Amino acid sequence: MKMSASRAMVECLKAEGINTVYGYPGAAICPFFDALLDEEKTIKNILVRHEANGGHAASGFARISGRPQVCIATSGPGAVNLITAIATAYADSIPIIAITGQVSTEQIGSDAFQEADITGAAEPFVKHSYLVKDAGDIPRIFKEAFYIAGTGRPGPVLIDVPVDVQKAVIDFSYPKSVSIRSYKPTIKGNYMQVKRVAKALKSAKRPLICIGGGVFASHATEEVRKLSEVMDIPVITTMMGISCFNDDDRLFFGMIGTHGVKSANSAANDCDTLLLVGARVGDRAVKTPLALAETTTIIHIDIDPAEIGKNIGTDIPLVGNAKDVLRQLLEVVEPMEHKEWVEHLESYRVKREYSRPKEGTVNPREFIEKLSEAMPAETIVTADVGQNQIWAATSYKLKANGRFLTSGGMGTMGYSLPCAMGAKMACPERTSLQICGDGSFQMQFMEMATCVQYGIKVKIVVMTNNRLGMVRELQDIGFNGRKVSVFLDGSPDFVKLAEAYGIPALRVNDEKSMKKAIKELAGEDKLMLVEVCVDEDAPTL
Amino acid sequence: MKHTISVLVENHSGVLSRISGLFSRRGFNIESLAVGPTENPEVSRITIIADGDDHTVEQIEKQLNKLIEVIKVKSFKPSECMARELMLLKVSATADKRQEIMTICEITESKVIDMTVNTMTLEICDKYDHLIKFVALLEPYGIIEMVRTGTIAIQRGSDTIAAGK
Repeated sequence: MKMSASRAMVECLKAEGINTVYGYPGAAICPFFDALLDEEKTIKNILVRHEANGGHAASGFARISGRPQVCIATSGPGAVNLITAIATAYADSIPIIAITGQVSTEQIGSDAFQEADITGAAEPFVKHSYLVKDAGDIPRIFKEAFYIAGTGRPGPVLIDVPVDVQKAVIDFSYPKSVSIRSYKPTIKGNYMQVKRVAKALKSAKRPLICIGGGVFASHATEEVRKLSEVMDIPVITTMMGISCFNDDDRLFFGMIGTHGVKSANSAANDCDTLLLVGARVGDRAVKTPLALAETTTIIHIDIDPAEIGKNIGTDIPLVGNAKDVLRQLLEVVEPMEHKEWVEHLESYRVKREYSRPKEGTVNPREFIEKLSEAMPAETIVTADVGQNQIWAATSYKLKANGRFLTSGGMGTMGYSLPCAMGAKMACPERTSLQICGDGSFQMQFMEMATCVQYGIKVKIVVMTNNRLGMVRELQDIGFNGRKVSVFLDGSPDFVKLAEAYGIPALRVNDEKSMKKAIKELAGEDKLMLVEVCVDEDAPTL
Repeated sequence: MKHTISVLVENHSGVLSRISGLFSRRGFNIESLAVGPTENPEVSRITIIADGDDHTVEQIEKQLNKLIEVIKVKSFKPSECMARELMLLKVSATADKRQEIMTICEITESKVIDMTVNTMTLEICDKYDHLIKFVALLEPYGIIEMVRTGTIAIQRGSDTIAAGK
C-alpha cells in the first residue's frame, strides 16, 4: 500500500502493539508527529517536558510491560538530550526504541541548524542504531529494531530519520519475520553445561543464588523461586534483582554490595558455590570479585557471553536465556536440604533499630518501612539515585507481586518520576510509588505538569534534607568533612510547588504527620506529593 | 602479546567507526587495522593486530561479536595464519648510493617504483618483522616518508572463515 514514510513509521508502531509514545516535537520530526495525529486514538503521545524524561518513561513502561517501548525527539538538541536516557537504558539492559528526526539528507554533514550526528554520539550506549537513508527500508528497519531491542540481552536501539525521508512516499508492508545473519542470541543452554551446573549444585555444602536484572528481562522469576525452593538454596540479589523475592521469604537474604545488607554480603562471603543468574557482578555489587572467585565455585548464567568472565572468573559458564536455562536445570536437579547452612545465614539477619530523629524530621528508613507495610502488595516502587535509593532498596519491604525499579547501572538522577509515569501507564491498576531526594527531584519535577496533563497517578515522595546527601556523606568520610557544592539552598517549598501544579501535597516532619501521609499514600489511587523532612546527617547505611 | 583478529562485517557505512569506537572505549590497544572487500560484495573483512593478554583478547572477541553488523570473529596464533603488509618508503638516494640501495632491494625482494635525482621510492610486501628489518637497513640513508597498509592475514591450509555468498 502506498503511503508517506512517516505514516509507515506509525503503521510499524501499530504493528508492534505500541499504544503510548513519549515524544517531544521539533521541525525535523514534524512529518512523523503529523502522521501520529491521524492515529491518535491508537497511539497516544505523551508530551514530556524534557526528552530524557521521555526515554525514562519509555524505560519504565518497557520494564513493566516486558516489551520494547518508544520515545521520540527531534534532531540536534532534542536527540542529544535523549542520550542520558539511552545510556541509562543501556546500562540496565532495558529495551527502548529511540526515534529521532534528522536534518534532510542533502544537509547532513553541513552543520545545518539543529544538526547533530546522533547515531555517532549515541554509539557507545546503543545495542544498535540506524540512520535511514532510503525510505523504502523503514518497514525492515523498524521490524529489526524491535527485534534487536527486545531479544537476547535487551537494550536501546536508535532510529534516526532525516526529515526528507519521512516525507517520501513508499510502498508499505510490514515484514512478518526478521532474519539477521549476524544476530542469533543463544536461548537454550548447552546440555553438558546444564548437567555440570546441576552436579556442582548437588555437591555444594553452602550454595547461594545471586540474581540480577536479567531475571526480569527473561521473565524468569518463577523459575528462580522454584529452583531455590526445590534445592533449598538461599537467594540474594543485586539492586537490579530486587523484588524477585518477597522480603519475608524464608530463603531470601537481601541485597548484596557496597550499600547492601549484612545478611546478603555475609552469605556471599560464606558460600562455597555461587550461582549467578542474569547478574553481571558490577563493581557496586561485588567490590572484590577476584577474592570471591578464589574461595568459591562460580557458576554464571547469562545470555550475553561477554558478561561471563568479564568481571569475575567463572568455573562453570552457562550461556542462555535465564528462563530457558533454569527450566532445563529444573528438569535435572533433585530436591535437597541445606538446613544447617540456612540456619547459619539466619544468624546474620539483624532487626534494624531506628534512631530517634532530630526535632522536625523523621527517620527516613522508618518512614519507608512503615510505608511499605501499608502500601498495596503489587505496588511498583521507583527509587531515584542517592541516599533515597539505598533507603528504598533496603528498607522497603516488598510483598508478593511488588516491583522495584531504579537506575541501577548508570545511577541516573531524575530517573524515578518519568519511570514511575511509564510504569503506571503500562499497568494503570497498580499503584505507582516514586521515591526521590530533593536533589534528584529538581532534575525532574517539570514532569509533574505531564502527570497533571494526562492524569497519570503517581504517588511522589520527596525526601528533603537540603543536601545532596550521598555526596555530603562521601565528603564527610573521604574528604575530612570538607563539604562543597552539596547544599541545596534556594530550593522551593515542595508542598507549595506541588500545589502550584494543582497536586495535593503533605509534609511529614513528625510521628503524627507521618501516620497521616502513609495513610494517604496507601489510600486512594491519585496523583499526590509527600515531602518527608529527614535529618541532614542521616547515614546511608 | 600480539594477536591477529579477523573480523567479517556487513559492508555498511559506519561499521568501521563502530569497531574502532569499541576498541577505544573498552581500552583495547590496536596496533594495526586493515579493511577491504571480500569475495562477497556484501561483506568486508577487517584484520586487527591487537596487544593484550588472553583475557583481553577473549573480551575483544566477545565484544566484537555483540555488534549486530559483525558476522564472524576469529583470532589466530602466528602459526595458524599467513600475514602480509604492504609498505611504501621514500629514501634519500643520491647517485652514489643508488647501487647499494638496489642491492638491499634485491635481497629483500622489494621493488624500486620511482626515482628522482636525490630520492628513491621503494615498495615491499612482507611479514611484519621483515618490514622492520627492511626499515632498519634503509635508515642510514635517511627515510623521508613511510606509509603502511596494516597487516592482513589468512588461515594456513584449506580452512577458511569466509562467509560465502
